[in-house]
Amino acid sequence: MKSNFRKTKDLSLKVLYIMGVLIAIAPLVSVLWTVVREGYGALTPTFFTNTPAPVGEVGGGIAHAIIGSFVVVGLASIVAIPWGIILGIARSEFPKTITDNILGFAIDLFMSIPTLLIGLFAYGLIVMRMRTFSAWSGAFALMLIMVPLITKTTEEMLKQVPLTVREAGLALGLPRWKVILRIILPGSIGAVSSGVLLALARISGETAPLLFTAFGMRTFSQSLSEPIATLPVQIYTYSISPYDEWRSQSWGAALVLVMLALVVNGVTRALIGSRTRGKK
Amino acid sequence: MKHRQDILFKNSLGLLSWAFIAVLVAMILSLLHMSGLAWEKIGFSFFTTSHWNPVKHQYGVAAFAWATLVTSLLALLISTPLSLAVAVSVTELMKKRAGRVFGFFVDMLAAIPSVVYGLWGIFVLVPLMRTQVQPWLFENLGWIGIFSEVPYGVGILTASIVLAIMILPTMSSLLREVFQTIPLTQKEAALGLGATKTEMIYLSVVKSSKSSIVAAMVLGLARALGETMAVTMVIGNRNDWMKSIFSPAQTMASLIANEYVEATHDLHLSALALVGVTLLMISSVIQLVFRAIYARGRK
Repeated sequence: MKSNFRKTKDLSLKVLYIMGVLIAIAPLVSVLWTVVREGYGALTPTFFTNTPAPVGEVGGGIAHAIIGSFVVVGLASIVAIPWGIILGIARSEFPKTITDNILGFAIDLFMSIPTLLIGLFAYGLIVMRMRTFSAWSGAFALMLIMVPLITKTTEEMLKQVPLTVREAGLALGLPRWKVILRIILPGSIGAVSSGVLLALARISGETAPLLFTAFGMRTFSQSLSEPIATLPVQIYTYSISPYDEWRSQSWGAALVLVMLALVVNGVTRALIGSRTRGKK
Repeated sequence: MKHRQDILFKNSLGLLSWAFIAVLVAMILSLLHMSGLAWEKIGFSFFTTSHWNPVKHQYGVAAFAWATLVTSLLALLISTPLSLAVAVSVTELMKKRAGRVFGFFVDMLAAIPSVVYGLWGIFVLVPLMRTQVQPWLFENLGWIGIFSEVPYGVGILTASIVLAIMILPTMSSLLREVFQTIPLTQKEAALGLGATKTEMIYLSVVKSSKSSIVAAMVLGLARALGETMAVTMVIGNRNDWMKSIFSPAQTMASLIANEYVEATHDLHLSALALVGVTLLMISSVIQLVFRAIYARGRK
């Protein structure tokens, strides 16, 4: 029989473990609650349609930052999505070669590098040459952050496709590239695009690498070779500003970003989760 | 029989793979090149001194490296027990569905952008620290020495707490994955010998995943060292040695984020790039350590 002491110890440890979980999600609740409470009021129609008004005047917005974020993230994805998926294919379909080993190492290393340093690289490579901050350099930095993310998820998803599917295709006499591009990839396109969405949500919130690449702007940018405003950088600059109105808009922008991140993460995780659970 | 198109296909995949590897190499070379001037002018004393004064052209990274280390380790100290508790509860204690829901909540912590944590830090955590937590620690535990500075709200401890929150999902999801792979027989063996549930958790789950727990800590450390925005917003940005864990300070990442745009002098820019190189070296070494530990734990 279990002694009383051991039973009490068992119970109190269980309570401690569960308390740990509650402490762990308390910040999530607090962050979400504050972002909604403070940000909700800022989300007026002009918030989405106007550029910043002079301090003191009402009706300013951050349309320029919203558009800017779309432009920079969009530019980054044009290169990053195909490149990331192709590298994912390379890793899952031709594994254990020398190229694959080095690529795997490079991808892990890249994901561990602080994103700030990727921004520094983009500064050295593009901003210093062009002698101006630009949408190009910001997009370049985000692209480099995005590629390994997409590669990782694509690789994982393609590896879940059973070997028999590949063999069936090859047995029909199809070349491997056709098996991969026509059978395997379309078969897991949902999971792969979930990975792409997750990566998009992730880089939409990246701030540090944009500080000295895209920089920021008080209004709409006229060309991609100009500095450009983005939501995360706007949150940062407004949050450390002394004006209440700017701070409130900073919360509004944070609410937009958090919503985007949560919806994308929630939906895609539910999708990927049900897929993998269904297989077991 | 090999299709000729297949060779072409494989080669183009290889080409794009090498292109990515080349970008990584280019990045390392580029950062080294950017920091070359500072290395030439300052040399090794950059790592051993702590005067950072762009006006007098004095640059030393020691104080920032120390603050980076302290904030990251404190974050780890907070986050390790919590992530263990999360992983254990979610995999062993809770019902399957509840476990999934709570696991999902903890994972969502990773979805929130760094800059939003910073914003939350400035307006929620910092006032809380300034008015409640720090005065209490200062009065009751000030004699220990590490709580001995007048509370500002911003500072090392505040940054560590934010970091702890941010690395928690990374660590707990890794632990969760490991705990899920522990064979049922191993747990049943402990239970069959009369162990209580928590004794079983210790004997069959935690004890047998020691190396994975270390791996999770290394991974958390790596994330914490390079985290920039949230830290920049709550650490107080003071270029000086920390006196206590309430001191406003500056990490290597926050220093770069704060000064790089405003730096005008070539040597200043180059010195900041050298801070970046230092950070790059540290994070690469940690990544190598992680790979080694994780690979061993998986065998």
